Amino acid sequence: MTSTRALAPTRPLAKPRSGGIGALYAGNARSVVARGLLATRSTNYLIVLSGFFEPVFYLLSMGLGLGALVGNVATSTGQQVPYAAFIAPALLAVSAMNGAIYDSTWNVFFKMQYAKLYEGMLTTSLGPLDVALGEILLALLRGALYAGGFMIVMQVLGLNLAWTAFLALPAVLLIAFGFASLGMAITSYLKTFQQMDWITFVMLPMFLFSATFYPLSVYPTAIQWVIQALPLWHGVELVRGLTTGALSVAMLWHVLYYVVMIAIGLVFTTRRLRALFLD
Amino acid sequence: MSPPVITAKSLTKKYKEFAAVDGISFEVAPGESFGLLGPNGAGKSTTMRMVGAVSTRTSGDLSILGLDPNEHGPEVRSQLGVVPQQDNLDMELRVRDNLIVYGRYFGLSHAQCGRKADELLEFAQLTDRAKAKVDDLSGGMKRRLTIARSLMNDPRILLLDEPTTGLDPQARHILWDRLFRLKEQGTTLVLTTHYMDEAEQLCDRLVVVDKGRIMAEGAPADLIKQYSTREVVEVRFGSDRNADVARRLAGVGERLEVLPDRILIYSEDGDAELALIAEMGLEPITSLVRRSSLEDVFLRLTGRSLIE
Amino acid sequence: MTAVTEPFAAEAAGRALAGGVKPRRYGSWYVAEHRIRGMRSYLKTLLVTSVGNPLVYLFALGVGLASLIDKNLGPNGFNGVSYLAFVAPALLATAAVTVAAEECTYPIMMGFKWNPIFFGMNAAPITGNQIVNGVFISVLVRIIPTCVIYFLVMLLFGAVPSPWGALTILVATFTGLSVGLVIAAYTSRIVDDKGQMAMIMRFGITPMFLFSGTFFPLSQMPIFLQWIGWISPLWHGTQLGRVLSYGAVEPAWLSALHVLYPAALCVWGWTTTQRVVTRRLNK
Repeated sequence: MTSTRALAPTRPLAKPRSGGIGALYAGNARSVVARGLLATRSTNYLIVLSGFFEPVFYLLSMGLGLGALVGNVATSTGQQVPYAAFIAPALLAVSAMNGAIYDSTWNVFFKMQYAKLYEGMLTTSLGPLDVALGEILLALLRGALYAGGFMIVMQVLGLNLAWTAFLALPAVLLIAFGFASLGMAITSYLKTFQQMDWITFVMLPMFLFSATFYPLSVYPTAIQWVIQALPLWHGVELVRGLTTGALSVAMLWHVLYYVVMIAIGLVFTTRRLRALFLD
Repeated sequence: MSPPVITAKSLTKKYKEFAAVDGISFEVAPGESFGLLGPNGAGKSTTMRMVGAVSTRTSGDLSILGLDPNEHGPEVRSQLGVVPQQDNLDMELRVRDNLIVYGRYFGLSHAQCGRKADELLEFAQLTDRAKAKVDDLSGGMKRRLTIARSLMNDPRILLLDEPTTGLDPQARHILWDRLFRLKEQGTTLVLTTHYMDEAEQLCDRLVVVDKGRIMAEGAPADLIKQYSTREVVEVRFGSDRNADVARRLAGVGERLEVLPDRILIYSEDGDAELALIAEMGLEPITSLVRRSSLEDVFLRLTGRSLIE
Repeated sequence: MTAVTEPFAAEAAGRALAGGVKPRRYGSWYVAEHRIRGMRSYLKTLLVTSVGNPLVYLFALGVGLASLIDKNLGPNGFNGVSYLAFVAPALLATAAVTVAAEECTYPIMMGFKWNPIFFGMNAAPITGNQIVNGVFISVLVRIIPTCVIYFLVMLLFGAVPSPWGALTILVATFTGLSVGLVIAAYTSRIVDDKGQMAMIMRFGITPMFLFSGTFFPLSQMPIFLQWIGWISPLWHGTQLGRVLSYGAVEPAWLSALHVLYPAALCVWGWTTTQRVVTRRLNK
């Protein structure tokens, strides 16, 4: 990387890319999305489709089976809801996270290190931001599909307790965007598959501890703070507020959290892709 | 005359109705270097797997070191070294560990494995890569490591399936050199190839295989003498004139082969034929006089080219 | 060539016969040794996972979720024990199943395809059956420490009331193995990777984990869904684990079934995998 960086100013080709957003973004993330859709259609749409079932299985098992043992649960606003209605929004947020993380870590890592896909893309007029956005949009599209399906299941089971539930769909996309953006940024810095395991190490406790299956009040205050600093808790609270209809100003903080996360992720991903493939 | 280390009689392998190997018979003497030459799909690899005691024959007889591989698979394999067409090194292990693990399969102790591994890394010119990941090796290095691995058990017979396919010329020559040393040490080599230069370099004797059958057998030089002339003239007239000119050339040389892009004239004296063509007023775009090779033998025997 | 005749032939055959003795006897162990050597490269990950998983799961379910359930049903709502004691044997068995599933999917697919070491082993004096045995030994080598560590963490949480509880390690290992062998019988057949692994996880392992009486008694589910538990080795292993770990009461014939059923799966999975692998190597 460093040796070519020194050569860059003398190369006329480098000029159009030498500054400003134009160097990073050709406004053509669409073509990256189109390629992804084509690849999905020709290879593994069954697997993509199967991803929908995972949260549904969880909902049926934990929500209905376990729910009978748990009874009603108090949400963070003090509202008493059936256990299934308590975990359904959390599962929605978790599946958004899982889908986005899978797409932006394992998938991206593979394309970067093995398939050398991005190297090829960046030799065209596409910039690194096109690639990053394109991949993230692809992940979102998939996320929206799962979320939509899951919300229908929730509706059928009577777990959407308020009309604001339909706002959960955009909220889920926001969550997915946040995780995809951050996940991709982290992945672009990783070099081996072993390092990817660390992502799993962080995800599992976050999944289990972020007020997904029981309220945060179970923990001592110090642990509550740690969990509240992590992204998933904000997602769970946001979606749960919307599906149970307990709206509050605090929800704007959750939204802000994700907006910042998206911005940070995009900045780092773009920078890293540029350093890896263009400079 | 010492008894053969490999004896195959009417060896046959059928996959459902298709006969991949269709009744071939041959013998390999100890210390001999024996080749199976033929195009892709001729049945060479299947033959090698049967000789390697990993594929059961459909019919015929096969004896390796006096044992029937159907009954004594592990015993036979304990005396073989195998270099498969596609490297199957363990990518998860480092270079030296690949050798050690393999040595263990023959029942060698850890100490023996370590000693042998170091010796063979030297032989394969990989000593400085001992700790490298297999994935980071070049194609030629991987091949050399595979050969080193196949020697962990001091095999009586070394089976090499297309040993240099996919390697660049330099890597091929390094590999040939290593194989030649093994041959000098008295290891019996059995190899398949579709490169005639490789066959000429390495084989004392070979069989030409096509469609699961043996077409001819002998030393490379003898086969050339028997099935071809001393020299060959290759002339090109452009693809649209080839067939036309070929008709007019009838009678020139001992024999003609008309290929889509060129005409081959078989003769004892290539320059004389070339002069004759000039006299006839035919002006080839390019012309070349060369010595006959196994390629010509194959063309003569099957009417097809080796590499298609 | 050296001019030896009959003695040479006899010597060559004799040497071959001698060369086959050790591989025939210890071949399975050589394969296991190879696989374990390969595991060393991700030993750190394995260690962190096998300690981290029980901590995280037991805390989340046995403490966090338990606080809701015990409040609702009373502190001893499950046959006289807490939710923690109820769920712990299930989590232990699940951990064994997860490891077994992992080790019986990718490594087997890999050995034939992406990193075709099985063909290399077979070119040496190792038979298909020995390769299968070796892989299964290495699966055990991964399951057993995982279960031991899990059990120690269970003790730490005070989740094992009965002194017989240590036997749950064996039960869980056995449960994991039975699932692994059945999966191996399938993965050893896979020629093209069309995402079958993901399907096994999504429609096999995950539903099994969720509907095998792990988080709640099987009787909590409608009767038309209870068959999932009956055919699930995880349910059998979990129930037997509960008998040992806190003296859950069930008829003796059912406990016997909890042993016999996974044993039958093991035998079937083992022999089938051996047959498939041997056939596949013999091209």
